[in-house]
Amino acid sequence: MITLQWLYVFAGAIFAGFAIGSARSTGNPKRWGNAAFWALLSISFWFGDLLGDIGNGVLVLALVGFAGAHLLGRSPGQSTSDEERQRSSERFGNRLFVPALIIPFTAFVGTLLFTYTPLKDSGLIEPKSVTLVLLGVGVIIALVACYVWLHPPAVAAVDEGGRLANSIGWALVLPQMLASLGAVFAAAGVGDIIGGIASGIIPHGSILLAVLLYALGMVVFTMIMGNAFAAFPVMVTAIGIPILIRQDGGNPAVIGAVGMLAGFCGTLMTPMAANFNIVPAALLELKNQYGVIKMQIATAIPLLIANIIILYVAGFRL
Amino acid sequence: MIDYWPLLGIALVVLGFALRFNPLLVVAVAAIATGLLGGMPFMKVLAALGHGFNANRNVTMIYIVLPVIGLLERGGLQQQARTLIRGMKRATVGRLLIVYMGFRQIFAALGLTTVAGQAQTVRPLVAPMALAAAEKEHGELDEETAERVKEMSAATDNVGLFFGEDIFLAVSSILLIQGALAAFGIQLTPFQLSVWAIPTAICAFLIHGTRLLLMDRKLRRGR
Repeated sequence: MITLQWLYVFAGAIFAGFAIGSARSTGNPKRWGNAAFWALLSISFWFGDLLGDIGNGVLVLALVGFAGAHLLGRSPGQSTSDEERQRSSERFGNRLFVPALIIPFTAFVGTLLFTYTPLKDSGLIEPKSVTLVLLGVGVIIALVACYVWLHPPAVAAVDEGGRLANSIGWALVLPQMLASLGAVFAAAGVGDIIGGIASGIIPHGSILLAVLLYALGMVVFTMIMGNAFAAFPVMVTAIGIPILIRQDGGNPAVIGAVGMLAGFCGTLMTPMAANFNIVPAALLELKNQYGVIKMQIATAIPLLIANIIILYVAGFRL
Repeated sequence: MIDYWPLLGIALVVLGFALRFNPLLVVAVAAIATGLLGGMPFMKVLAALGHGFNANRNVTMIYIVLPVIGLLERGGLQQQARTLIRGMKRATVGRLLIVYMGFRQIFAALGLTTVAGQAQTVRPLVAPMALAAAEKEHGELDEETAERVKEMSAATDNVGLFFGEDIFLAVSSILLIQGALAAFGIQLTPFQLSVWAIPTAICAFLIHGTRLLLMDRKLRRGR
């Protein structure tokens, strides 16, 4: 059976490729820092389960050390010029889209096959890892397609992967770091403390105020933790169930579902949700690290107001 | 009496991000400070950090697509995406991103969240297409405008994903809601919950779609 472990081995190989690509990038004065950073990540994917918790902690501190001491750089420019790329695009035309679409297509067809056909029970792929395994399969097929159609130099995948990885840099591991921060927050009891504060300032007698506090609490706590998943159990325990559902008789399905979505409005506004808000700024080479967040605020706030209205009207008036 | 000291870790995060220290460093310092203030010995904090990092490796998995994207960019993918858009007479930034958002919401609602994303689609396809469409409306883009178009491309992907995925029955957030309520004896099916993601999904489409059309108007006026 193909398990998540296989994917970690594959991903470790890709990150090792980033390390090699970085080391080969002679235009980058800090190339050995980059190479070491990706090599550490590769070690984490290959041997993480053997290192033990303390060993992994040391590895995390080493990654942070490289980033914090500004030992990562990027190579100036790109491997081939814009003119060469323009010529290449004229030569290959819309065929270039095919490998790009292989990855989503594999995910789409594969998910259907492994959800609705007898393949589901075949035991070929570990059920809880189907999505990620299909992503890996899609990447392998797309890589083969690229080499067959585009005939790039043999090491191009390593060089180009490394170049892109270095344009994202340390931000690539930030989402995973934030997830481990969440684990430490949980271990130190931060959720309980915030829940205690929230339930301590509950207004009595006004449903609207309680709804506001619940929705805003979800937003603020989500912005702090970086995702609504950590905020939801705390807010629903502190306000959602005792006040909105039990005391005021709100519709539990609305309180649950729309409360979570109010939290998602917070996700749009926080650097802690790095994979959605900070990594894209690096991927798109934006000048402002917080540009994506700034752009999202004008959608998040009206949408939060809409969620509060839905909570109040559908939860209590319908 | 509750001990509020662990909250200092949150303050450190906010301060660190605001002062633009390296975010990895900020997060590590905040994690260690929070753990220590929560009464954990240093080695236990280090272990919790390491355990959390190792257990969340799947978060970083998505970047295995980078070599494919890099090879295709070398082959001229971004240039071809622009050529395609220039050939579409009626394509504007707003219309392009509205269509993308619609598809993103529908696919996410069907549980297909990894079909698109910032690394898989926004960088190689959506952002270059949006830039090409903006150039058609506006003429040559100044740096400021190009930045706005790229930011909007990334934002549209997030909005489409966040406010589509909860319509899918088996998404983890719906299961989390169900579990959290069940712990208090409130039994709901995923269907009862996911139905209530639909009004917000429609509001998100209308609100963000309006902003996209306003962006078109602004681009045309700046011409």
